[in-house]
Amino acid sequence: MSTDLAANAAPAPPDASTAFEHKRTGLARVQHLLHRYPIISPLVVLLVSVIAFIIFGKGRFQQPASIGTMLQATAVMATLAIGQTLIVLTAGVDLAVGTAMLLSHLIVAKLVAENGAPPIVALFAGIVAGILMGYFHGTLVSRIGLPPFIVTLGTFYMYQSIGLVYSNAQTFDGDKFGGDRGLLLFAGREISIGQFTITVGVLIALLLYAIFSYILSNTAWGVHVYATGDDAEAARLAGVDTRKVLLSVYVVAGLIYGIGAWVQLGRAGSASINGADDVNLASITAVVIGGTSLFGGRGRLWGTFIGALIVATFDRGLSLADVNQYYKNFAIGLLILVAVGLDQWIRRVAK
Amino acid sequence: MSSEYILEARGLVKRFGRVTAIDDADFALYPGEVLAVIGDNGAGKSSLIKCLSGALVPDEGQIFLDGQPVSFRRPQDARAAGIETVYQTLAVAPALDVASNMFLGREQRRSGPLGSVLRMLDKSGMRDSARASIKALGIGTLQDITQAVETLSGGQRQAVAVARAAAFGSKVVILDEPTAALGVKESGQVLKMIRDLRERGLPVILISHNMPHVFEVADRIHIQRLGRRAAVVDPKSISMSDAVAIMTGAMAAPV
Repeated sequence: MSTDLAANAAPAPPDASTAFEHKRTGLARVQHLLHRYPIISPLVVLLVSVIAFIIFGKGRFQQPASIGTMLQATAVMATLAIGQTLIVLTAGVDLAVGTAMLLSHLIVAKLVAENGAPPIVALFAGIVAGILMGYFHGTLVSRIGLPPFIVTLGTFYMYQSIGLVYSNAQTFDGDKFGGDRGLLLFAGREISIGQFTITVGVLIALLLYAIFSYILSNTAWGVHVYATGDDAEAARLAGVDTRKVLLSVYVVAGLIYGIGAWVQLGRAGSASINGADDVNLASITAVVIGGTSLFGGRGRLWGTFIGALIVATFDRGLSLADVNQYYKNFAIGLLILVAVGLDQWIRRVAK
Repeated sequence: MSSEYILEARGLVKRFGRVTAIDDADFALYPGEVLAVIGDNGAGKSSLIKCLSGALVPDEGQIFLDGQPVSFRRPQDARAAGIETVYQTLAVAPALDVASNMFLGREQRRSGPLGSVLRMLDKSGMRDSARASIKALGIGTLQDITQAVETLSGGQRQAVAVARAAAFGSKVVILDEPTAALGVKESGQVLKMIRDLRERGLPVILISHNMPHVFEVADRIHIQRLGRRAAVVDPKSISMSDAVAIMTGAMAAPV
């Protein structure tokens, strides 16, 4: 044994710098570019689809009124997709975003319509309810270690059931919100510049994107969210309290359920447990198409906004191009597969 | 108190159920030296190191830092006291860039209301000091501080982890198997970084299975055997084979 060891004892070469150099081919350069700027791919998809729909949309797609309608239709989903992005960044998923939002908006509506609560109090109660739901998810995920997928699959059914019982399966019509319903329906108020009309809800969504984008990329909490999703053990050893970060992400997602409820009230003008059909899955679609990795730790919040726009563009564009609506989901589904495949390829940039 | 040591442990005991991982172990580190810790699997060297870095709490015994008794309940405690550990897994987040990794968990905020109210990180300041720390370790090939760590080679990743430890470890740097996953050239670079740390006066504890590397950089070698310190030897006056013999019990420890 001793002679073997001695034979290995040759000193390492003094200059090891050349070992770190490597050349990149054209494709590898694209891979590195997409790795560095994950927003490029959704941006390209959005641009291509917009151009396609301008060509095939018989001149109606690019009209200001049409764009405004598109933005209005996507405001609720885009808002919820912010919470979804935060959770996906931590390598989780939230199957109950939409249902939690609907339960929250039912609470607001019923408090006003049946219990005569002042709208401001009811809205506050809705936000508190959202935060509590998020806290519940976060506790199960971060303290007990249950998979987010299972936690939110469970609460999805539970909230739906609670919502049905609580609302007695009825719709709270906007008329029942009383004379001072302005605040409750504020997010539905229209703002027009010529033919271009959006709602306050669209502005709320945009403002939230700006705020959370800032938080994610400019604060320590944001860095910790990325680090926790990227490699939780490494983050923990580096001194990040990953359980606290996880819990806080779900609580923030809960806050967004509450704000989303307000946007939904304005959008629908009424409240019902069936008020927003496919937002649960659509928000995941927006996140994935927007370039955020389902494995956590990678992606940009504005990418999700672009993802939401892509979904809205397909929705509107295909109908304007007189394409059978049945094809829409096929196209979206294909985009999801391409986005996830692309993500896998980009992740392989690691050595 | 024997304040000639910067870090000292006396009579450490750590049991896991019925298994005694370290059994009345002593440990001593002089200022400015590279102390290698070697030992066979199960000799208790990683438990010993984990006690020193706060990852484990010893059942018995005392740890002294600068002659003062300390008790670390968590890794953060040891880190706050100036003991930095580079884990074998490196504990870097692959998708984060070099600067973010170096400051992970210790981010610096901008001064003024931007930092205190808006909690804005001082990104350029952190990048500058990350660049300076990397440069101080003589790693010229790692120039782009905004590069994601996963795009780096194994040696460069190790360099980031060592640079982080060197930047924040004011008293002691512990390196756990830093060359285990590296090729010959990259190992050479890491050994050079260890010597650079010593030149800067920072004592290093090096845990390694690689005898040639140990003999190349260590000033003294702590040989751990059966849960306790079997011997401390001088690599200049003992052969590699004798050190291994003490480690495995084939030879009695010198008195």
